[in-house]
Amino acid sequence: MSATQTSPTHSYYGRAILKEPVWTWEIPAYFFTGGLAGASATLGLMADVTGNKPLARSAWTAALAGVSVSPVFLISDLGRPERFLNMLRVFKITSPMSVGSWILSAAGGAFTASFARVRLQRLTRIGAAGGALGGAVLGPALSTYTAVLVADTAIPAWHEARRQLPFVFAGSSMAAAGAAACILTPVANAGPARRVAVAGATLEGVASQVMERHLGTLGRPYHEEAAGRFSLAAKSLTVAGAAVITRFGRRRLGAATGGLLLLGGSMCERFAVYHAGIQSARDPQATVGPQRARTATATPANAPLTAG
Amino acid sequence: MSIESLRVQSWPGSYEPAAKPRVGFFTDTSVCIGCKACEVACKEWNRVPEDGLKFTGDSYDNTGGLGADTWRHVAFIEQQLPLGLDEGAPLVTQAARAELDTVPVHKDAGLRWLMSADVCKHCTEAACLDVCPTGSLFRTEYGTVVVQEDICNGCGYCIPACPFGVLDQRKDDGRAWKCTLCYDRLKDDQEPACAKACPTDSIQFGELDELRHQADERLRVLKHGGVAEARLYGRDDQDGVGGFGAFFLLLDEPEVYGLPPDPRVCTRDLGETWKAAAAAAAVLVGTVLATFAGHRP
Amino acid sequence: MGTSFGRGGATTFQQDLQNSDCIVIMGSNMAENHPVGFQWPMEAKRRGAKLIHIDPRFSRTSAVSDLHVPIRAGSDIAFLGGVINYILERGRWFEEYVKAYTNAATIIGEEFRDTEDLDGLFSGWDADTSSYNTSTWQYEGFATTAAAGQREEGASLGEQAHGAHSGELNGGAPPSVDPTLTNPRCVFQLLRKHYARYTPEFVAQVCGVPPELFEQVAEALCENSGRERTSAFVYSVGWTQHSVGVQYIRAAAIVQLLLGNMGRPGGGIMALRGHASIQGSTDIPTLYNILPGYLPMPHPVVHPSLAAYVEAMTPEAGFWGHADAYATSLLKAWWGEQATEENDYCFDYLPRITGDHSHYTTVADMIEGKVEGYFVMGENPVVGSANARMQRLGLAKLKWLVVRDFVEIETAAFWRDSVEIEAGEVRPEEIDTEVFLMPAAAHTEKDGTFTNTQRLLQWHHKAIEPPGDARSELWFMYHLGQRVREKLAASADPKDRPILELTWDYPTEGRHDDPSAEAVLAEINGCGPDGQPLSGYTDLKADGSTSCGCWIYCGCFAEGVNQTARRKPGSEQSWVAPEWGWAWPMNRRIIYNRASADPEGNPWSERKRYVWWDAEKAKWTGHDVPDFKVDMPPDYVPDDDATAEDALRGDAPFIMQADGRGWLFVPSGLTDGPLPTHYEPVESPFPNLLYERDANPAAQRLWNSENPYHPSHGHPGTDVFPYVAMTYRLTEHHTAGGMSRTLPYLAELQPEFFCEVSPELAAERELEHAGWATIVTARGAVEARVMVTSRLRPLVVHGRPVHQVGLPYHWGRLGYSKGDSANELLGIAMDSNVHISEYKVSTCDIRPGRRPRGRELRKLVEAYRTRAGIG
Ligand SMILES: Nc1nc2c(c(=O)[nH]1)N[C@H]1C(S)=C(S)[C@@H](COP(=O)(O)OP(=O)(O)OC[C@H]3O[C@@H](n4cnc5c(=O)[nH]c(N)nc54)[C@H](O)[C@@H]3O)O[C@H]1N2
Ligand SMILES: Nc1nc2c(c(=O)[nH]1)N[C@H]1C(S)=C(S)[C@@H](COP(=O)(O)OP(=O)(O)OC[C@H]3O[C@@H](n4cnc5c(=O)[nH]c(N)nc54)[C@H](O)[C@@H]3O)O[C@H]1N2
Ligand code: SF4
Ligand code: SF4
Ligand code: SF4
Ligand code: SF4
Ligand code: SF4
Ligand SMILES: [Mo]
Repeated sequence: MSATQTSPTHSYYGRAILKEPVWTWEIPAYFFTGGLAGASATLGLMADVTGNKPLARSAWTAALAGVSVSPVFLISDLGRPERFLNMLRVFKITSPMSVGSWILSAAGGAFTASFARVRLQRLTRIGAAGGALGGAVLGPALSTYTAVLVADTAIPAWHEARRQLPFVFAGSSMAAAGAAACILTPVANAGPARRVAVAGATLEGVASQVMERHLGTLGRPYHEEAAGRFSLAAKSLTVAGAAVITRFGRRRLGAATGGLLLLGGSMCERFAVYHAGIQSARDPQATVGPQRARTATATPANAPLTAG
Repeated sequence: MSIESLRVQSWPGSYEPAAKPRVGFFTDTSVCIGCKACEVACKEWNRVPEDGLKFTGDSYDNTGGLGADTWRHVAFIEQQLPLGLDEGAPLVTQAARAELDTVPVHKDAGLRWLMSADVCKHCTEAACLDVCPTGSLFRTEYGTVVVQEDICNGCGYCIPACPFGVLDQRKDDGRAWKCTLCYDRLKDDQEPACAKACPTDSIQFGELDELRHQADERLRVLKHGGVAEARLYGRDDQDGVGGFGAFFLLLDEPEVYGLPPDPRVCTRDLGETWKAAAAAAAVLVGTVLATFAGHRP
Repeated sequence: MGTSFGRGGATTFQQDLQNSDCIVIMGSNMAENHPVGFQWPMEAKRRGAKLIHIDPRFSRTSAVSDLHVPIRAGSDIAFLGGVINYILERGRWFEEYVKAYTNAATIIGEEFRDTEDLDGLFSGWDADTSSYNTSTWQYEGFATTAAAGQREEGASLGEQAHGAHSGELNGGAPPSVDPTLTNPRCVFQLLRKHYARYTPEFVAQVCGVPPELFEQVAEALCENSGRERTSAFVYSVGWTQHSVGVQYIRAAAIVQLLLGNMGRPGGGIMALRGHASIQGSTDIPTLYNILPGYLPMPHPVVHPSLAAYVEAMTPEAGFWGHADAYATSLLKAWWGEQATEENDYCFDYLPRITGDHSHYTTVADMIEGKVEGYFVMGENPVVGSANARMQRLGLAKLKWLVVRDFVEIETAAFWRDSVEIEAGEVRPEEIDTEVFLMPAAAHTEKDGTFTNTQRLLQWHHKAIEPPGDARSELWFMYHLGQRVREKLAASADPKDRPILELTWDYPTEGRHDDPSAEAVLAEINGCGPDGQPLSGYTDLKADGSTSCGCWIYCGCFAEGVNQTARRKPGSEQSWVAPEWGWAWPMNRRIIYNRASADPEGNPWSERKRYVWWDAEKAKWTGHDVPDFKVDMPPDYVPDDDATAEDALRGDAPFIMQADGRGWLFVPSGLTDGPLPTHYEPVESPFPNLLYERDANPAAQRLWNSENPYHPSHGHPGTDVFPYVAMTYRLTEHHTAGGMSRTLPYLAELQPEFFCEVSPELAAERELEHAGWATIVTARGAVEARVMVTSRLRPLVVHGRPVHQVGLPYHWGRLGYSKGDSANELLGIAMDSNVHISEYKVSTCDIRPGRRPRGRELRKLVEAYRTRAGIG
């Protein structure tokens, strides 16, 4: 070893070009709870519309639970409550986080109202409106915008997956929502929940496969270190959960077990994505590779080698 | 209306008539002597904390890189590259070789020592600024990009958004810090501390348009003198970030200096990402709908 | 410098380097150690000049140079001798210049013998005193002056080498010259003979520089010299810190004279000084053996009276011809009214030189208990001086020690924290030295001047009050003086007269009664009978009517204006910027600038026009203050009874020299030879290819059990210390570190002591990059982090590879960034002219891993001593 390079090198002492996200575990946890809440809202709305009261009640409960812990995670990552409120001083369409903080706040209100209506028979009118808006718009947004949040960064494993990540998150959210509902709802009324859970699990699985294939070498993190472990866990738990639900979902115990497995799977999926980002940021070649590929085919004006 | 068109292009627009001509840096690494005066001057002027006594062994660079507590960073690269053609040799070798048989400067058996003072690029299209949810990052009347400590809430979004890894979080206060292009000094018509301290004018401060002309001229002279590997980095406003406010003259590939070869502002793809999200959301709603189909209780 | 040209000091100024066509930086790491001044070589490069760096290491200077030439440390004279030989043998010398402006044609007395005749010795060698009697080196037909031997330069550290006074020579222009340069005893032919064996192959053998590379340098110098073009040399302590240091500079002087580059724009020899005002500390010396303005310290035997003193240093020609005026004015400045013609102007009040009291000799005396007390002001010898252990052992024998500094530096803390204490060799209780640590005011906290590397005096204003009890040196010295005088007031003892009668009456100001620094500057500038400030040293009189604290500074307070405080922006004046500060002598920026014109007084070329003779106005004029009697026509020829400058011809530009010429051959003023000769360093793995004598015979060794030398080539045990060690600086730190290791922003840039080694040496000794290594000599052992780098490379010398270990010397045991000091390793071996130690080269061993702790450390060193057969 020596301070002098004797063969061509493509990095500065192997140091990362990008900075790793400084986000702590609360953020992927929030991705999970947000997704769970979002998809549950949609499920709750449909159940409500179709008059499946027990399912509606449990779904809206899950939605409220999810949407209530989410800010707690965010604030604990930020440090102080007012720091979260800071974000509501502006609305910036170019900042998914800004948009997201509004979605989360709105969802918070809507879900509470709807919950009050279906559970406590209060604020019926606002509750209905909240339920409709929450289930049809805010819920789906809440469960997918977090994909945009991570994709809108310089981190290759996230940015290059920008077209697939929302589907991964949507699937993962549905799986979680369905799972939660299976656990909370009498099996007789949980039919739709089981189907949502299995459909979500399927979407999650397929989308993440597509994503990894699309990423190619940039997808390596999903097979290494923390991301690799979480990704493996996510896949196994989800497959197992889906199987148990399909097979034994009509029995209380089966529904509970399958539900828990799926929740775990969904949670692990978000942690896998989170760690994949960190690992990807650490690797200078992940940053240089795609850019070199781009310049190789780029017009001289864009190629730094000959720029100016 | 596309998201791109909504991106914060607040300069000079929102400043008229208060807008000043856009300023920046042309850092000519071919005359850098690695004295680190810029690093120290920056820390002194901006009261940036000292960040660790670590011997790295990476040539004379014990700083490592830009970050919350380093806003100017001098990189040191020692090279003694093999001569002789090998097929499909990477650009680095080609550059090195080109230089070896043309310029006497590195005749020392191909030994050369590159030094370069890195800094925030003050991008025309600044990802950090785009993604900042609080508006803490803003574009000044000089067209520079600055963090307002009093507004920053430490959300950390700007950090992975920057394609150059410039920003970072100061662990003790959680907020993000970076070069301000000495906003306070600009306001009293003073040149930035780092440029002021630079003995060889490797760091040239001025109005961007003029700097670009100077850079073109310098490149011409160097190429004429046989320094084949000289190239400008970030001078071109057609590039992935719409050109740098602080651009460079390098003597090797950007990645050798720890710089991305063809950076692209992430928010350029924000539109299609939102579209994908919308589609995914629709799929979600659709699927849930479907699961109720034909199951009236 | 002094002996070659007449004045001790850089012959040019850094801004002028921009006019060079070729700059050779040798023995200096200018980009790292003079980064601000380095903008001028960079400017020259922009204008197409060739930048050459000759240095054992590839440094930050090499990185931006056009050519880096790796050379074996301690072999520069062989290289420069090679250049001289190249110039002479290929007839590349600037004939007109050499014939008119140098002593090439002068014939040397016939008793003179060259090293070529006496196998490494010049004539006059006295084996008993191992020193030279220089009488045989004289010009033919000249008596020698007794003072020559005594007139010695002293120096505490690496600095003063740059400032050497002019050589003495009696009796005006040399009587016997041979304009044809053919006489075998004329200087030109002696040069030829002396350097005949310095061929490119010889250079390769000794320096490890391939012939092609050497010729590239020699050719570049020749191509870029002559009427149209000029080349400059830049050196610093990479040259002076050798046992033959002064001769390194002499060798460059010979090259520059032969190529006709002296006194011309873009030419000259740029000596880069160190500490902010180190030039000042030789001009107005902190030395024991010279008085202000390079007047020698009187000798008890040789100088019984002022007359004898003046006589001894007055040649018949040249500006030293007014030595009487300089000396008398100095005495008047010090003893004012008391100094009268009757009492020889208090000449007897001056201390007399009683021997060598230079830094290292004094340290040896301390160890022998000969020294009671010691003032350390602005110095950190425990880290900064060679053989740190000796420094500490010496300090431990003192009764009292006063240290004035900003923080508690290693020198002040030696009694409680040192290698010896760590090793359990001594306990603090056993050290009786009473240490007084006094807080000093920094330059920002006091008024005063810096005299920088180019003889430029620049005034600095007090910006803020010093914190707490911190006071300036001026305050300290003035009030200390006052108290001493109060205590002695009643004394009738004649030995107290000099102190009591001293003019010690400076106006004070501020709440701490700070003496006015401007008043001191005014006293240095001097005044006439009317009390009016003088405007230049030409006004000085020997009749006691003028007073002047330092003749070369006369004029810095002309018209009662503080000339050193002038700060007219460069943009508002010519590139020479005469209105920025004030340069000695007489605000000249390039000295000997008469040589920028040909003998007839016309510029050598339009391109290199600088100072010329204006026939209409009948005076010298140009971009700078002419360094010549302004109305003396080029064709002036002195008549026999003329004295001083009037005894010099109108075409003799080196006005401080007795013959007005640049000295290729130095008849007197040097202790170790009239011509630079290649000798091996005192510690070297190699023999001297030229002579049976390896090292400089006149080199000053310090015989002390704590200062053992390694066996050198040929002697058993040489292989115990097989590598060459060299020490140097880093941009990030300053000297002994008191001003940088204590500052977080600087400490973090180079946080640890490290050594630089080549990949080859790393492999040979299994050193791990970024790991630890222990470097050992017979003086001590230190540990350092390892920097394996191709910037250092083994050189092929005498047909075999030699490895060099690079050691930045900034670290010590205190401060924010701590580390072992390189000076634990170095022995003391000095240049006999200036007593500067050979910091730059010694031999050593290096091994992987950290050094032992406690008593084991000394055991390791002892083990090495035994293996090397050192008693
Ligand atoms: N940043 C900074 N600047 C400084 C200082 C500092 O400590 N830090 N110190 C100041 C002081 S006090 C001084 S005196 C000056 C000194 O300024 P320099 O003389 O430049 O200082 P050094 O680094 O000691 O030595 C210069 C070079 O000499 C080389 N060298 C060693 N041996 C030989 C040899 O035998 N031949 C040749 N040709 N080269 C050799 C070394 O490799 C080194 O690169 O710098 C002043 N400026
Ligand atoms: N091995 C090795 N040894 C060397 C050298 C080398 O190249 N190699 N170089 C030699 C050279 S050239 C030099 S100059 C010496 C330097 O060696 P030193 O002079 O012993 O070391 P410095 O750290 O410069 O010491 C200067 C001290 O003065 C203090 N100081 C600064 N300003 C003031 C002031 O206004 N008043 C007072 N009272 N104190 C002040 C600083 O804090 C500092 O502690 O080292 C020499 N030793
Ligand atoms: S370089 Fe990074 S931090 Fe600087 S403006 Fe561009 S995106 Fe922002
Ligand atoms: S960390 Fe501060 S500056 Fe960065 S995006 Fe968040 S609020 Fe803006
Ligand atoms: S512009 Fe100012 S803040 Fe930016 S690097 Fe230079 S000194 Fe530091
Ligand atoms: S100050 Fe200038 S020369 Fe020194 S390191 Fe910085 S950019 Fe390079
Ligand atoms: S420290 Fe002072 S003297 Fe040394 S280079 Fe910098 S400005 Fe010049
Ligand atoms: Mo020095």
